[in-house]
Amino acid sequence: MTTSDSPVTEEELHAYVDGELPADRQEAVAAWLAAHPEHAALVAGWRAQADRIRARYGAVAGEPVPERLKLDRLLRQDRSSGRRWLGYAAAASVAAFLIGGGAGWAARGVTAAAPSNFDAITADALEAYKLYVVEVRHPVEVPGSERTHMTQWLSKRLDSELRIPDLQSIGLKLVGGRLLPGPTGAAAFYMYEGPSGERFTIYCAKAATPETALRFKEGQRFAAFYWVNDKVAYAVSGPADHDRLEQVAKTVYEQVDKSGARKS
Amino acid sequence: MATFGQNVEATIPALRRYARALTRDSDIADDLVQDTLVRALRSEHLFHGGEIRSWLYTILINLNRNRLRSLSRRPMISSLEDNDAPDLAGPEGGGRDIERALATLVEDQRNALLLVVLEGLSYREVAEVQGVPIGTVMSRLARARAQIKNFLDGGRPALRRVK
Repeated sequence: MTTSDSPVTEEELHAYVDGELPADRQEAVAAWLAAHPEHAALVAGWRAQADRIRARYGAVAGEPVPERLKLDRLLRQDRSSGRRWLGYAAAASVAAFLIGGGAGWAARGVTAAAPSNFDAITADALEAYKLYVVEVRHPVEVPGSERTHMTQWLSKRLDSELRIPDLQSIGLKLVGGRLLPGPTGAAAFYMYEGPSGERFTIYCAKAATPETALRFKEGQRFAAFYWVNDKVAYAVSGPADHDRLEQVAKTVYEQVDKSGARKS
Repeated sequence: MATFGQNVEATIPALRRYARALTRDSDIADDLVQDTLVRALRSEHLFHGGEIRSWLYTILINLNRNRLRSLSRRPMISSLEDNDAPDLAGPEGGGRDIERALATLVEDQRNALLLVVLEGLSYREVAEVQGVPIGTVMSRLARARAQIKNFLDGGRPALRRVK
């Protein structure tokens, strides 16, 4: 509930300029501004900024769309160029997210409650990310289209029966995977992509501890859920959106859980 | 009812406008729009309804962020041409003032301000596109406007916050 004489905040002044205030409050702020010339000048300045931005760029939307941006043409090119573009975009995006996220993780350190050799695995996941950042041309060694081959190959190298989760049901497509060096030997690394280009990765390595509960670690830009299931440690990383990441991690957990009932 | 493709196509002029203001370079902007469209077409099966326009802005912002990150990893010699480096010179006459002022903004603030004033998105829509609470959108707007004012008033650009 607002009244015409309640104090006006700076937030409200922005909302006023952007037409985000309810009608009655809009009038109240206008009246308040009439009595406060300094603030009125500030508001006029913001409006002038917006006018200049629109004057500078508004006309772009009226220009004819260049041939190369026509959808028909893009669809044709897309079919002929195969996966080249996707590989590049995937690498760039993963690198971006790891640079921001890795630093956050490193700064926070590894939780003291972690069981033995779990520290080494989570730290190693981070090291692997850092290594991966410089790898722009080859985001994955094996594309997601070769899931069967990748499962066999990585299972053999980790000497453990791995399953590569299918996350299509929550909107994530498998980009592919790669083999990485881990503290206990080989580690497997899978990358998934969502509808807006957001990426999630799964890191798996053999652990000495048979089981742990699900744990959560959050950095500035990304976060990870990690756990050990049947002597395999998993770290599921993604953008720092707890609910979404939890949904991803739980879906992964359900699919890799070997103690529960297995569908096959 | 319009198809997915028709909805995407109808948004292209606005995407070009937004990309031009974000990058302040017409070739880079159209590259960005092209990548956004290719990504959208490939991800059609992952689009679960909602506002196509907001979804496209989200993709474009993500791709632009990737582009800026890859620029920042290049050696200095190429960053002399970097459109997104903070502009240390003061204001000049003509229409380039506002362009230079935008160049001094932190990326998230520039993204938010342009979505509101140029693209006409509501605070709620910007919050969805940026994946942050509305309060964060409002503080980004406030900081962006203060910075632009400071720049246009001839002050030195405020120090960019180190993340």
